[in-house]
Amino acid sequence: MNETNTGSITNFDYWKSAYAGRASNLSVSEVRALFAVVSRPEVVSLAGGMPDVSELPTEGLNKAFDSLVSTRRDLALQYGGGQGDAKLREQIVEIMALEGIQGSAEDLIVTTGSQHGLDLLADLFIDPGDVVLLESPSYVGAVGIFRHKEAEIAHVHTDDEGLSPEALQQSITELKAQGKKVKLLYLVPTFANPSGVTIPTHRREEILKICESEGVLIVEDNPYGQLYFDEIPPDAMRSMSEQHVVYLGSFSKILSPGLRVGYVLAPPAIREKLTLANESAILSPAMFGQMLVGEYLTVNDWKQQISDYRDIYRQKRDAAIEAIDKYLPEIRTTRPKGGFFLWVTMPEGIDSKAMLPLAVSELVAYTPGTAFFGNGMGQNNLRVCFSHPSVDRVSLGIQRLAGVINNQIELLKTFDAE
Amino acid sequence: MKIVILAGGISPERDISLKSGRRLADHLAEAGIDSEIREPDELLIDYLSTTKPDLVWSVLHGAGGEDGAIQRLLEMLGLAFVGAGSRDAKNIWNKAAAKAKISEAGLATPNWIALHKNTFKQLNAKSVLGLVSKDLKYPLITKPIEGGSAQGVSRSDDQKGLGKSMVEAYAYCDEVIIEEFVEGTELAITIVDTGEGLKALPAVEIEAESGNFGYQERYIPGETTFYAPARLDGNIAQAAADMALEAHKKLGLGVLGRVDLIVDRNNQPWFLEASVSPGLTETSLSPQAFTAAGFTLAEAYKAIAESAIKYQFRR
Repeated sequence: MNETNTGSITNFDYWKSAYAGRASNLSVSEVRALFAVVSRPEVVSLAGGMPDVSELPTEGLNKAFDSLVSTRRDLALQYGGGQGDAKLREQIVEIMALEGIQGSAEDLIVTTGSQHGLDLLADLFIDPGDVVLLESPSYVGAVGIFRHKEAEIAHVHTDDEGLSPEALQQSITELKAQGKKVKLLYLVPTFANPSGVTIPTHRREEILKICESEGVLIVEDNPYGQLYFDEIPPDAMRSMSEQHVVYLGSFSKILSPGLRVGYVLAPPAIREKLTLANESAILSPAMFGQMLVGEYLTVNDWKQQISDYRDIYRQKRDAAIEAIDKYLPEIRTTRPKGGFFLWVTMPEGIDSKAMLPLAVSELVAYTPGTAFFGNGMGQNNLRVCFSHPSVDRVSLGIQRLAGVINNQIELLKTFDAE
Repeated sequence: MKIVILAGGISPERDISLKSGRRLADHLAEAGIDSEIREPDELLIDYLSTTKPDLVWSVLHGAGGEDGAIQRLLEMLGLAFVGAGSRDAKNIWNKAAAKAKISEAGLATPNWIALHKNTFKQLNAKSVLGLVSKDLKYPLITKPIEGGSAQGVSRSDDQKGLGKSMVEAYAYCDEVIIEEFVEGTELAITIVDTGEGLKALPAVEIEAESGNFGYQERYIPGETTFYAPARLDGNIAQAAADMALEAHKKLGLGVLGRVDLIVDRNNQPWFLEASVSPGLTETSLSPQAFTAAGFTLAEAYKAIAESAIKYQFRR
């Protein structure tokens, strides 16, 4: 048949017995297959955390592209350094200052999206069995990385003000008492993915204090901090500590995820190792993408563009909440003041993963809650992302979703009686 | 020869369909046949009526692809296509209708009941499940009455588990079939007409590592071991092949179809279901059968295409 065949017997994977143990953590599910349907125009996708790039100014993008190709083409098409383009790093310092961070371009490393930065960090710190603390729920991409690195994932209680410092202290104490190594606390403190909640300043201080005294490194992921709708959120946690916080930033939400440009701000010793790891993995982050971002920031009023995004996403958030209040008045949801997401809690017994095919057949998609946990929790939760569809489509999507949820509640009642 | 491959759609099996479509296009190209992959979208009907391809090969899965609708439209357009005609496709797509037809033909199929979710709403769910539990023997397999790739399929060992399985299956379809589980050797038999009449290809035996040939076991290389031909004695294999061929003919699957069977411990083959649009991905069952029969996939797909064009005049 082919090289994977052994006579007439095949499992289609000749190398199955040769994979590293951690490869078993890479699995596929029906849910992933269902997301293929989302690309169809009939389906309102409230699933992927995609920015509305259609709102980016075409003229501004053209200007950046033309300027880069006409003036620095040879650099942009060449290999670069493992730490990333120096000019872009200077510009990133300016952006981070908006979050209260006084950083140096020297302590920055550019990565292929901040996801890549998190992967490098996990590689650097995690041995199999090490504990990583996560919010409850936490970012699906972080759960995936830490699971793949064979970390033990421990979720810490999270409420309407984000991660609870008391629960954090308790978790660390209990885990250490069991002889476990608690290495990292991964957080999205501002407009969290998936909950949308923001940790207030007093909690940030308490969390930092606990992690400092317990020797736990905080990984602060902040892709949404600039996308606030009401008041300016608290300064980044990195502004409070240079030594105990590694900061992940991204251009994916404020500019374009297609360019795959993110960054890590880390204490020098960590930064040095990350640079070496970056070079080892990819030689250098893509120069063209980095320099296009740099050029975009240079030739456009990027602060105004982010401000425009705030207005756009505010309208979409309002549409989502208005539709939930109208069509799903009994359902509990977070009411974020920025970012892309709502976290919806349905009655106990509803399985959002099992409900997804029904939703897709009703032409709406969301992300099931279990994706945001490493322990199977979140069955009766789902994440709604309101950033990508138009305002009208957000309302339509929620209306369709309401029909699906209400059907499921009815079905559950039918079989609960059993 | 110009072939239009229909793939994608909005069913839960969209991803699988797209993979099948690309594999099919690759092998047709190897055979020197020009093909184009098209999505079923608002432009499709106009496109087909304007370009009038020699053949349409649908690898669409799910409603709209396998339920006879696209087949009926192709019939209206007067185009040749691979597989069952619209009326037969509709009956095969509905697992209960297919089983009823098979049963009427005197072929063995596990005991079953099909239940619409409104039945549970109108009648007391406990009473319905109680009666089902009394009449059918556990373990039971619950599956959406329409759909494939094992999506929404689960096994229950008691009445409580059955209720849970029903909720899971109703996420895919408003009607669900509950079937007695038959323990034995799981087989997929592809029936094909490559120009010499319908014949059964060597059975592919499925042995899932987890014991359950679910979604992951179907599409992740390494999760399932396939034996082609199946490890069955000659006369048992022949009985299974005969049953598959008979089922294929009764159901009217056309020049290409796949029949799924189980051979129990007493060597009795049981019909489970049939597929109007067999998957053609790198881990799908029918491509393995072609290879086991000595065809290259390019040869097999070319022969099926030629046969489907000929068969069109008999449709």
